[in-house]
Amino acid sequence: METALKLNVNGEVRQVLAPANHSLLEVLRERCGLTGTKHGCELGECGACTVLLDGEPVLACLVLAVECEDRRVETVEGLSNGAALHPLQQAFADLGAAQCGYCTPGMLMTAKALLDSNPLASEMEVREALAGNLCRCTGYWKIVEAVQWAGRMSTGDMVPPQCLRERNAAGGCSHG
Amino acid sequence: MLRLPEFSFVAARDIGEACALLAEAPKSTRLLAGGTDLLPNMKRRHQHAQRLVGLRAVANMRGIHGDSEMRVGAMTTLSTITRDAKLQRHWPGFVRAVQSISSPVLRTTGTIGGNLCLDTRCNYYNQSEEWRQAIGGCMKEAGDICWVAPSSPRCWAISASDSAPLLCAIGARVRLVSVRGERVIPVEQLFVDDGIVWLGKSDDEVLTEVLLPPVENTKATYWKLRRRGSIDFPVLGVGAALRMGAHGEVTHARIFLGAVSSAPLRAPESEAALLGQQLTEATVKAAGEAARGVAHALDNTDFTMLWRRQMTAVWVEGALRELGGLPPRAQMPETPLGAPAMSV
Amino acid sequence: MADTNKRKLIGTSFRRVDAVGKVSGRTQFADDLSFPRMVFMKLLRSPLPHAQIVSIDTSAAERAPGVVGVLTGSDVPVPFGILPVSHDEHALCPDKVRFVGDPVAAVAALTEEQAQAALALVRVEWKQLDTIADYDDALDASKDLIHTYGDDHNFHKKVSLRFGDPEAGFKQADLVLEDTMFFDGNTHLPLEQHATIAVPEGDGRVAVWSSTQTPHYLHKALTKVLGLPAPWIRVIALTNGGGFGGKSDPFNHEIAAAKMALNLGRPVKITLTREEVFQCHRGRHPTLMSIRTGFRKDGSMTAQHLKTLLDGGAYGSYGVASTYYTGALQTVTYNLPHYQFDGARVWTNKPPCGPKRGHGTPQPRFALEVQLDKAAHALGLDPAAMRLKQLQPKDSITANWLRVGSMGLGPCIEAVMRGSKWLERRNAMPPGRGLGIACSSYLSGAGLPINWNHMPHSGVQLKLDRSGGVAVFCGQTEIGQGSDSILAACVAEILGISLQEIRLCVADTDLTPVDLGSYSSRVTLMMGNAAVQAAERAREILARAAAEELKLPGANIVFADGRVFDAADPARGMSFAAAVQAAESRYGTIGTTGSYTPPRAPGRYRGAGVGPSPAYSYSACIVEVDVDPATGIVRVPDVWIAHDVGRALNPTLVAGQVEGSIYMGIGEALMEESAFRRLPEKLSSALVHKFPNMLEYKSPTFLDMPRVHTSIIEEPDANGPFGAKEVGQGPLLPVMPAVSNAIFHALGVRMDQVPIHPWMVFKALEEKRRGGVGRYGPKAFPAVDYGASLDVPTPAEGGDGKARNADDIGVRGGTMSETQRQSQEKPC
Repeated sequence: METALKLNVNGEVRQVLAPANHSLLEVLRERCGLTGTKHGCELGECGACTVLLDGEPVLACLVLAVECEDRRVETVEGLSNGAALHPLQQAFADLGAAQCGYCTPGMLMTAKALLDSNPLASEMEVREALAGNLCRCTGYWKIVEAVQWAGRMSTGDMVPPQCLRERNAAGGCSHG
Repeated sequence: MLRLPEFSFVAARDIGEACALLAEAPKSTRLLAGGTDLLPNMKRRHQHAQRLVGLRAVANMRGIHGDSEMRVGAMTTLSTITRDAKLQRHWPGFVRAVQSISSPVLRTTGTIGGNLCLDTRCNYYNQSEEWRQAIGGCMKEAGDICWVAPSSPRCWAISASDSAPLLCAIGARVRLVSVRGERVIPVEQLFVDDGIVWLGKSDDEVLTEVLLPPVENTKATYWKLRRRGSIDFPVLGVGAALRMGAHGEVTHARIFLGAVSSAPLRAPESEAALLGQQLTEATVKAAGEAARGVAHALDNTDFTMLWRRQMTAVWVEGALRELGGLPPRAQMPETPLGAPAMSV
Repeated sequence: MADTNKRKLIGTSFRRVDAVGKVSGRTQFADDLSFPRMVFMKLLRSPLPHAQIVSIDTSAAERAPGVVGVLTGSDVPVPFGILPVSHDEHALCPDKVRFVGDPVAAVAALTEEQAQAALALVRVEWKQLDTIADYDDALDASKDLIHTYGDDHNFHKKVSLRFGDPEAGFKQADLVLEDTMFFDGNTHLPLEQHATIAVPEGDGRVAVWSSTQTPHYLHKALTKVLGLPAPWIRVIALTNGGGFGGKSDPFNHEIAAAKMALNLGRPVKITLTREEVFQCHRGRHPTLMSIRTGFRKDGSMTAQHLKTLLDGGAYGSYGVASTYYTGALQTVTYNLPHYQFDGARVWTNKPPCGPKRGHGTPQPRFALEVQLDKAAHALGLDPAAMRLKQLQPKDSITANWLRVGSMGLGPCIEAVMRGSKWLERRNAMPPGRGLGIACSSYLSGAGLPINWNHMPHSGVQLKLDRSGGVAVFCGQTEIGQGSDSILAACVAEILGISLQEIRLCVADTDLTPVDLGSYSSRVTLMMGNAAVQAAERAREILARAAAEELKLPGANIVFADGRVFDAADPARGMSFAAAVQAAESRYGTIGTTGSYTPPRAPGRYRGAGVGPSPAYSYSACIVEVDVDPATGIVRVPDVWIAHDVGRALNPTLVAGQVEGSIYMGIGEALMEESAFRRLPEKLSSALVHKFPNMLEYKSPTFLDMPRVHTSIIEEPDANGPFGAKEVGQGPLLPVMPAVSNAIFHALGVRMDQVPIHPWMVFKALEEKRRGGVGRYGPKAFPAVDYGASLDVPTPAEGGDGKARNADDIGVRGGTMSETQRQSQEKPC
C-alpha cells in the first residue's frame, strides 16, 4: 500500500506516494525524478547512493523513505547554488576527480558533509571520511586533492592544487 | 535494482509501544534500528518480516548518559559513539571497535544495538535468493546442510559484530525490555554459539541500552583483522580487557575473539597465561599462542581458515602488546585504522 | 600542423567537456532514462551450471499480475557473439545452459517487482550434465562437452606459433629458467550496473539505449538476431559508468530487451543487479603458464617458450583473440630473437571470460617480468639495468612480426629509477621492505577490426554552422576515459576555436559514422586521427574562402583564438564564424569527414592479426612493499610509474588513467579474484561464483591505495594524433609483477601467482624457514597437446612474414565450421 510522504529534498518540500518498503534511493530516483543519485549494489557496499540526511552522509539504499519525513535530504542536484557550481563540483571538474562520473554524486555528498564540519581536513581525514565510497576509475588521489582544494577555496585559502600536492608530500606519506 | 519485499511499517514512539507492537506478533515482526544489516538481509530474502517496527522516533533509546557508569542507548548511531568525547576518554577501546565497523557512510545510520544483534554471517548465506537456490540452500535458511562442514549437525555462521568482543571483554551489560518486564544481562549472555539461533534474547524483547561498567583501572582494546581499510566485516576480532596490580601483574583479564565462532568466544587459556604475570615479551607471546587453539575459524569468510587461525595468535599478542605498552612488533601498523591493505 | 607551443588545448589540462554534467548529476547513464509506457524486464537465469532444458512452461508467469510479455529461447533462436568465429551465445538459451546465470526466459511487467515475482512462476525441467569446474575437468575426456564446436573435446582454441629457432636460442644461453605461474581471474566491477532500454520507433524500427562500450558491435548482433534490416535498428551508447572491457560484448539482456520491445510495441527497460553483472563477466581469464627462457650472462634473452592455458568459462566471447593475446606482446619490450608460443583456451561452466583492461596480456607479462627478476638475481645483475640493456629498438620489427615505432621504455625505466632512488635505496632497505621493478607495453588499438574488412576503424564528420559552431559526429563511446573531450579538443585545436563552440553527437549508430568502440585502447589514436583529418579538411575549405574574402591569395591563413587570419599580418582576419559564412556563401553547406584505417602489419601468418597496432605505449613501474613476516600481509606505500604516452593530449586525463591503472593493478596484485565454489561432488553439482557482490569481491578503498608518483614520458609516435599513444591499459600491466618482485626483494620469497594473498606469503616464508625454496605458485603445468606449430621465420632470418608450413597445418579448431558460420553470418 502506498502512503503519502512529505519529503524535504534540497530545500524543496514534495509530496510523494510510496509504499513502506521503498528505500530513499528508489523514491528519489523513481518517484522524484532525481536520478543524480546513483546505485551500484543496493546493499550498502559501494557508497554510490550516498546522500545527506540532516547533514550526515547516509546510504540511500539502506534508508526507508518513510523514515525520512521531516528530515532534510540533500542530493547532488542541490549542491550547486543555482547555476553556480559548489567549490567541490568545481574542484572535481578541474582536477580530474570525475572520470566515468558514476561514483561522483556519492563522493561529492560524502565530501560535502566532511567539509561542512572540517573545511581544512587533512589528507588522511579525507581518505578516512570517503573510505566507504568506492571508485574504480581514478585511483582516488585526484578526489583527495579536489576535496582538500575545495575546502580551502571555501575558506579563502586559495592554495593552487599543485602546491597542495607538494604540501601533502612534504607532510610525508601518511601510510609510508 | 535489488528491492525490499513488501511489509508494513509502524514507527514506535516509546519503548513501551515498541514492546507492545513486538509482542503482537514476535515471529513476524522485526525491529528496525539503523537497518544496515536487516535491510540488505531482507533484500536478499534471508530475513523476513511482515511488519517492521521503527525505533528511530523512540527518544529514550538514543544518547550517551552517565559518568562513572556510562549507558549507551541502543539506537545511538555508531558515528555518534565515535565522536563522543567522554567515551573516547573512558573507553577508547570501545570507540576503536565501533570505528572499525564497516564504513563512515554506514556508521551514520548503523546503531550499537543493531551491531550487537547483527545476524550471523557466512559466505554460503549472505547471498542472493538465486545464488542460494543454486546451491540448494543451507542449514541456516532453507536447506539441511551446513556447507562449511557438511557432516556437521550445526550451522557455523559467524558472529561478525566488532563491538561484541570488546563489550564482552570489559564486562558490559545490556538491558532487555518486553511487555513481560525487563532484565539486565552481561553482553556475553546475549549470544548463543549457534549460527541459526544466535541471540539469547526472546523474540519479544527489545534491547534498549548498553551499560558500561566503571572504568576503574581497566585497559581495553580491540584489534580487527580484515582485508581492506574500510567496509569489511571482521574475519577476526580481538577484544581484550586487563587490570594490573601495583607491580604491573595482571589481576584481571578477559579476552574475547570475534568472527571465529557463532558467538564471541572467550579465550580462557590466554587469560590464564596472563593472570599474575607482568606483561612481557614472553607472557604476551604465550597468551597469543594459547588463543590459537581456541579459534575455530572455518571456511566461511574472506581468507583461508588455516591462516585466520594462525593470525589469532598474532592478533591477540598485538592487542596485549598495546595494553602492556610494549613496542609494536616490526611493521605492525600502530594505528588500527587507516592503514593500507590489511589493517589490524 | 601548428607547432607545439602555439597549441591552446592539446597538451593542456583543460576541463573535460563532460565534467560539469558529471559533477552536477545531470549526465544521464542508461538506468537514468525512462520513456512513456515503459515496462520492466527481468531474466530468469539458470540455477544449474550445466544442463539440458527438457521443457519450459511460462503459462503461469504470463498470467501473473502486471506481466505484459514473456520470451523464451524459441523467440530468439539466432546465435550471436562478438567474434565472427564464435557466435555461440543466445539471448535466451534455447536448449542448454552452460553456467549459473545463463538466461532462459525474459519477463516484462509494469513494475520491476512484478517481473521479478513472475520469474518464480516459470517452470523449467532440466537434465543435468557434468559440471566442468576447472582445467582438470576440462581436460578430462570422459566429461560432457560444453560446446560441440571448437578444438578437441572441451578445448575451445589451441594455437602454436614458432618464430625462429628457439632450440638453437636455448643452446646459446648461459642460463635457462623454467617456471610455472598462475594468474587468477578477476572482473571489471564498473560502478554502474549494465542497463538497456529498447524503444520501438515507427514502422517496426527499434532504438536500443544501452551502457555499452561497443554500440557498433551491438548493432551487428541485434541485426543478426532480430532479423531486421540494419538501418531499422538504432543503437545509442550512453556514457558508461565505467567499462574496463566489461561492456564490450553484445549481451543477451540487450537483445532480449529489443525483442521484447518489438513484440510489445512499448519501451522495455532492464537494469542488471550487481550479481548479474558478475554473471555477464568477460573478465580476466584465469591463466596457467609455463615459461622457459634462455639468458646470456648479461641478462639478454636468447629464446623463450611460453605455454598458456586459459580458463575461458562458458562461451567464446573474445576468447580466440584473448588466447592469441597471451602470447602476442611478449616481444615488444625486450629483444627476443627466438620465440615459441603455445596457447589454449578451455571451456568451463562459469561466466565467460573476455577482455579486461590489458586483454590477455597482463598474465604473460607477469610471467615474463617475474622471470626476468629471477634471472637478474641468478646472474647477479641489477634488474632495472638488465632491462635497460636489452630494449627492443624503436622502428624495428619483432620476431613475431610486430612493427614497433616510437619506443620510450628506456626513459620510463630511468624515470622510475630516479624517482624511487632505486640505486641508493635498494641495497639499504629496512627489514620487510623491498623494491621491485617491472615494465610493459600495450596496443594503441588493434591493427585489425573484429569483422575483417577494408573500411575505416573510425570516422568523424563535421558540420560547420554559420553561427560559428561546429557539430562533431563520431561513433565513439565515452566510458570515463575522456574520449568525448579528446574528440572535441582535436577539432577545436585545428580550427582554433574553443570547446564551447563544439557540439558533440556521439555513439549513435543512426547519426554518427562508425567508430569500432572503446576497447583495445584504440579511441584516442584512431578517432583522434579521424578527427584531425576532418578538421584539417574543414580548415582548408575555410582558409581558401577566407583568403579570397581578405583578398590575400596564397596567404598563410592561421586559425587561433576563434579567429582566422593572415600569419604575416594577424590584424588582417575575421572571426571563425565569418570564415564559415564566407565558405558557405561560396560552396554551400559546409561539412567534412575524416577517417582512420591502421597501417597494414607486416605479419602474414595465421594469427598475425592479433598483436599489431599502429603504436605501442610503454610503462615502467617500481613498487615498494612493506611485508610483515609474522603475517604475510603486504602493504604498498608507494608506486613509481612512468608511462610513454607519445604525447599527453591532456596531462590530467593521462595521469588519471595512469593512477586508475595502478589502482586496478594493486587490486589484481593483492585482492581481486573471481573465485568459484564447487560444492562437494558427492553432494552437489553446484558451481557458483564464490561471492558475486561488492563486499566480498575486494576492490581497494581510499585507505588501500598506495601513493602514486607518475612521470609522463613523451616519445611522439608518427602514427598518433599529435604524436599520442594509449594510456588506459598499459600502466596496469607492470604493477602485479612489480609487487611480486618487491616481495622477493623484501623477504626472499617468490610469488609465482596473483592475487598474492597474505597466507601465500606466510606459507612461502614458512617453507623457506624450513629450508625450502620459499615460493608460492602452481606446482605443474598439465600435458596439453598444442599440435604442430606454424613455423614462421623471423625478420632476422630473412623471413617474409609468412609461415613456412602453412599449407601442411590447415585451419585449426577454435572456430565455427565454414558451414556453421555461413549459415549464421552475413558478410560484413
